[in-house]
Amino acid sequence: MSKKRVPAMEGWLNMDESDPRLLGYLDESSGSYFFPKDVAISHAPGHADAEFKEVALSNRGKLWSYTTNHYKPPEPYVSPDPFEPYTVAAVELTEERMVILGQLADGVDPSTIEVGQDMELVFGTLYEDDENEYIVWKWRPVAA
Amino acid sequence: MSKNDVAILGAGMHPWGKWGRNFAEYGVFAIKAAMKDAGLEWKDVDFIVGGDTMRNGYPGYVAGATFAKAMGWTGVPIASCYAACATGAHAIEIARTRILAGMADVVVVAGADTTPKGFLAPNKGERTLDPDWLRFRLLGATNPTYFGLYAQRRMDLYGATEQDFAHIKVKNSKHGAANPNARYKKVFTEEEVLASPLVAAPLRLFEICATSDGGAAVVLTSMEFAKKHGVKNPVRVSAVSTVSPTFPNTTIDMPDFSTDSAAGIPVPDRSFKDSISYAAYQEAGVGPEDLDLAEVYDLSSALELDWYENIGLCKPGNAEKLLRDGDTTIGGRIPVNASGGLGCFGEAVPAQAIAQVCELTWQLRGQAGERQVHGAKVGITANQGLFGHGSSVLCTR
Repeated sequence: MSKKRVPAMEGWLNMDESDPRLLGYLDESSGSYFFPKDVAISHAPGHADAEFKEVALSNRGKLWSYTTNHYKPPEPYVSPDPFEPYTVAAVELTEERMVILGQLADGVDPSTIEVGQDMELVFGTLYEDDENEYIVWKWRPVAA
Repeated sequence: MSKNDVAILGAGMHPWGKWGRNFAEYGVFAIKAAMKDAGLEWKDVDFIVGGDTMRNGYPGYVAGATFAKAMGWTGVPIASCYAACATGAHAIEIARTRILAGMADVVVVAGADTTPKGFLAPNKGERTLDPDWLRFRLLGATNPTYFGLYAQRRMDLYGATEQDFAHIKVKNSKHGAANPNARYKKVFTEEEVLASPLVAAPLRLFEICATSDGGAAVVLTSMEFAKKHGVKNPVRVSAVSTVSPTFPNTTIDMPDFSTDSAAGIPVPDRSFKDSISYAAYQEAGVGPEDLDLAEVYDLSSALELDWYENIGLCKPGNAEKLLRDGDTTIGGRIPVNASGGLGCFGEAVPAQAIAQVCELTWQLRGQAGERQVHGAKVGITANQGLFGHGSSVLCTR
């Protein structure tokens, strides 16, 4: 029996495998977007009373930078055993003009990417237990 | 003399290291050294500010009280503050404004830390509303992850090389070798640095600052008190910047998942990091061209290059040239991190921004020994604390 795919954080992903998106907020009064919802609570100045509308953020942007971690991070990161290096990428969404961090998708060789290239969002597994696969967003290069 | 000047009559530090003792011991050691340097008695102090530490239990959250008790309660008012890596500058700002308001003449500012081994980690527990916890959980984004992002961007945008990053470490190790308060006094070669293991590519182990134990203190007084005390030409704090970002802040910062969005509101004229020293220059009425030295927060070797640009030593993209030309080495045009910087100290969070000011004090007095920047009269510190805390102190003499 295959494991159930559940979001690693409830409410952050649309969980639509055919059109994977992050869920964020739009403040229509200032035209500003926010992610993640409800965590780093922030507003545009003068818009602290704005009503937020939940929106699926766009899934394309340009690579702002990236780095590969070669040491096992402390908890609460759930590390595979043995530890495997992983790459964190920062991508600036073209439409929302905000940089969002995410791990680089499995199988992408970080030596083949460079700042400025087009990236897209996919879902990937962060870790799993006996019942579930815990899903997060990841970045991968847009196929040429 | 600027109307906002206050005097630095005393500076003191407990040497950085991994001593494993109570943080209050380091703070008290530094306070005693600063008091002796100032030629003042504990009974002369009329306000005490402590920089808090988050990793030493309750006494760390109320560092002002902890230091006051350890030195002996005298009934004077106290304050404690926390602003992550910017804690020291914020503590100095509380002291300075108290003096400028005419509510205190002699203020002690101290910070000290005892740190655990390895990566700085978030507090324990399932804390799904804390971005600092979530970034470890969902991304594995350690502090060096952010340093690695900045470093890689410099390589792709400006042609920085691994050799440049190693060069910074080598330069600072030469500076710090002569500093009795530094933890690491070994002089590194570029080959040694480049042979150390990758941590957050392109950054290597010897290019990422460690966490250290240490303590630093300064005694600040009004200019009038300094004169009465017989110090005619003290080193002065001429400006302190504790600015926060302006929306939209479009540079990714620890511990965030994302930047602000610039889709609706235009980006400000200056990035957050550029605005930190700018506010200090504006207040003091000096500019980067007036500087004799700078102490900047080299959490990674590559980050020092960003600071050259952020404090106005050169235009974006030119930091590598400044480094390669030797301008930022002692003896060059504008030495940076003459103390040895974090590369030689490792970070003792609430003490570090105060330690930067101690270095400027000794440099501006001409007491820095082998690492003396000849004829230094104007210096700046720059630093940034997690969650939007600017930190810059501009000193003159």
